[in-house]
Amino acid sequence: MSELLLETRGLQKRFGGLVATDSVSLAIRRGECHAVIGPNGAGKTTLIGQLSGVLAPDAGCVLFAGRDVTDCSAHRRAMLGFARSFQITSILGSFTVVDNVALAVQAVSGSSFRFWHAVNTETELAEKALEILHRVGLEGLAQRTARDLSHGEHRQLELALALATRPQLMLLDEPMAGMGPDESERMLSLIAGLKGSHTIVLVEHDMDVVFRLADRISVLVAGRIIATGSGEEIRANAEVRNAYLGDDASGEGMP
Amino acid sequence: MTWLLFLEQCLNGLQFGLMLFLLAAGLTLVFGIMDLINLAHGSLYMVGAYLVATLTQATGSFFLAVPLGIVATALLGMVLEAMVLRGLYRRDHLSQVLATFALILIANETTRAIWGVQPLSLNVPDGLSGSVQLLPGLSYSAFRLAIIAVGLAVAALLYFVVTRTRIGMLVRAGASNRQMATAMGTNIKWLFTAVFGAGAALCALAGAMLGPLLAVQVGMGENILILAFVTVVIGGIGSIRGAFIGALLVGVVDTFGRAFIPTILRAVLSPAFADAAGPSLAAISIYLLMIGVLFWKPQGLFPAGS
Amino acid sequence: MQALRRHAWLIAFMALGLAFPKLAAVAGQEYYVSFVSRVLIWALLASSLNLLVGMGGMVSLGHAAFFGLGAYVVGIIGLDAPQWSGALVAWPLAMAVSALAALLIGVISLRTRGVYFIMITLAFAQMLFYVFVSLKAYGGDDGMSLARRSTLPGLNMANDTVFYYVVLALLGACLHALGRLRDSRFGRVLRGIKDNEARMESLGYATFRFKLAAFVIAGTVAGLAGALMANQNSFVSPNMLHWDQSGTTLVMIILGGLGSLWGGLAGAAVYLVLEEVLTAFTRHWQIALGLILLGVVFHAPQGIAGLFARKKP
Repeated sequence: MSELLLETRGLQKRFGGLVATDSVSLAIRRGECHAVIGPNGAGKTTLIGQLSGVLAPDAGCVLFAGRDVTDCSAHRRAMLGFARSFQITSILGSFTVVDNVALAVQAVSGSSFRFWHAVNTETELAEKALEILHRVGLEGLAQRTARDLSHGEHRQLELALALATRPQLMLLDEPMAGMGPDESERMLSLIAGLKGSHTIVLVEHDMDVVFRLADRISVLVAGRIIATGSGEEIRANAEVRNAYLGDDASGEGMP
Repeated sequence: MTWLLFLEQCLNGLQFGLMLFLLAAGLTLVFGIMDLINLAHGSLYMVGAYLVATLTQATGSFFLAVPLGIVATALLGMVLEAMVLRGLYRRDHLSQVLATFALILIANETTRAIWGVQPLSLNVPDGLSGSVQLLPGLSYSAFRLAIIAVGLAVAALLYFVVTRTRIGMLVRAGASNRQMATAMGTNIKWLFTAVFGAGAALCALAGAMLGPLLAVQVGMGENILILAFVTVVIGGIGSIRGAFIGALLVGVVDTFGRAFIPTILRAVLSPAFADAAGPSLAAISIYLLMIGVLFWKPQGLFPAGS
Repeated sequence: MQALRRHAWLIAFMALGLAFPKLAAVAGQEYYVSFVSRVLIWALLASSLNLLVGMGGMVSLGHAAFFGLGAYVVGIIGLDAPQWSGALVAWPLAMAVSALAALLIGVISLRTRGVYFIMITLAFAQMLFYVFVSLKAYGGDDGMSLARRSTLPGLNMANDTVFYYVVLALLGACLHALGRLRDSRFGRVLRGIKDNEARMESLGYATFRFKLAAFVIAGTVAGLAGALMANQNSFVSPNMLHWDQSGTTLVMIILGGLGSLWGGLAGAAVYLVLEEVLTAFTRHWQIALGLILLGVVFHAPQGIAGLFARKKP
């Protein structure tokens, strides 16, 4: 069991003339909650894309538990233990809430190349799905069609999907985006409850959330990591204050 | 195979490619800007050919019939856009395929109803019916030369409009980024209708020019439609430059394929087989070209907004 | 639950289907047995496409390729290897050839999406069309006739009613299988991929493999439909592979209900009945068909199945 669950070395990504990811080297320790913060346009979602396997870096590598996964596709990484929640809600709108999560459970419960038996006879899938829905507080809406949910409920479903595959590593891209204060608080305690048993990379805008949840923070500005450290270290870092905390005094950071 | 024959086929390829460009230009813009798969594009080509053929008979003059036919087809195109196609812009591709497929059915059957099933005769106009001595030993049809001239002129005109005028800038912006174009405050609906009308006019011109060479009959639209789509995919969706290069490529490959593959095959295989397989291999070569291009460049050669 | 309702409808359909030739004979309309056979074969083809498009979200304009291939396997066997023209050999062979073709075409085409996928599937079908046009030995452009229908031990396949029962049995079996597939793990994953492929990938599903499997299954069933059609008409022609046919099949499934188990059957029935009825009124029935299709696309995109769907609360 290596100390570092996720590592990147010199990750590089450009789109035409724009350098979106500039020599990013991260070291995520097993069991920690590591936040990635930075102003809009810093390249946070591009970075998550390269971590999850959706985007191929131009240079550099991604290591998972010491193993090079740079060439692994998103679905391979999911099978290895990655899970991702999307910044812009990405669920299965035409399915019910419980079926959304059941599909996620199904992905880690044996082969889906089964063509004959009705999947709804596999009650364990639905049971596990309901357990997860209970954890995130959505079990009351289990039979609702997913696209009919409110925005906040969508974000909860995003988290449920990330949990359902029993991942080792969770990449959470602004899980609380657009949520009201009560909902955010609930989401926060949910994620706090995951610390220790899961390793979390958390992209967030809300500095309150970041300081309360994160064990360590990396600051991404214009594609580069300018600082990594604990909450106090980051707060005290002058370069960070100038680049980020300075213009986002309120901590909300909406564009 | 003499090099004069080779040159003649080059000219044929150029001529066909330029006409294909007229169709592909409209198609790629509609695709790029409005994100619309329009299977009925070939029907506008057919309607243009039929109108020009009919007007030539009515007025006795090809040169009068062509502009009239173009205007009429453009108007028809714009009416079609406003009444039917506008409702498809936000729909999924399958709905667009089905709706425009329906338009093909309606267009073909209506044409049959009005003009009957027999091909319409459209003759090369008297002024262009002779040949021109290009080089010693190489005589080339005056009409085909006229097609090449018209094609190049239209290409130059399109290039000028798209790169030098304000409306052209709007079109290019729209092709590479629809949201940006809307944000720039354009009256999008009007722009779409105009682009569609221009595309229809180009189709009609191509129909008028190719009518005397190929047959003016129901179904002529579908044959060339596929080639136009292949051209657009090869050239890159939304790019007029791509449509131009793609059209020349397809025109040349198709022409050379039809001219030379049967000959080459006959040298290698039995004549019976070569005669049978030749035309088919020529037709297949276009598709192989498209698949090859997509492998190397999945978005086509010059995708807009890249 | 769901499965029970599906079984009920299937049994009702089979019962009606079994009774039909008797009813037709009583009414003196034996001609229609042959017509309904054609409807059922089209229903099989349309159902296979519905698996691909309706369930899987893969809009293919090249599905007719597998239909035509299956038909030509039967035709070519009839000409070159008549010792194999028993249905028990020829039809599985037709399906196998179509399956292989679907595998090869799918592996290449499924690397693309959207309009590129539409164009590549169209291109492959057109290429096969031209190949068969060029094969003068098998009729080329004009197509070729079958000397006789495939044989089944103990049955007189030349008899239209007997052949009808065979077609009915096969369609019933396929609908049953497709229904089970729909409710299976595989079916749910496929529908998930249609809904949001990126999401399914991030959950750990190798979406390419699932799409390819669906493509091959759909192609195989289309091949069977082609073999049956070759028998029904005692004739095969390259037109069976033309993209026009793919387009018509798409029209059927939108009429019948995209993604619904019964969409293929409903759509084939509506289309072919419309053709019969409208032709009686006018030669230009395709104008009416076009207008109806436009109406469906704009106002009833769920097709007939939409009329039967339970209303949302």
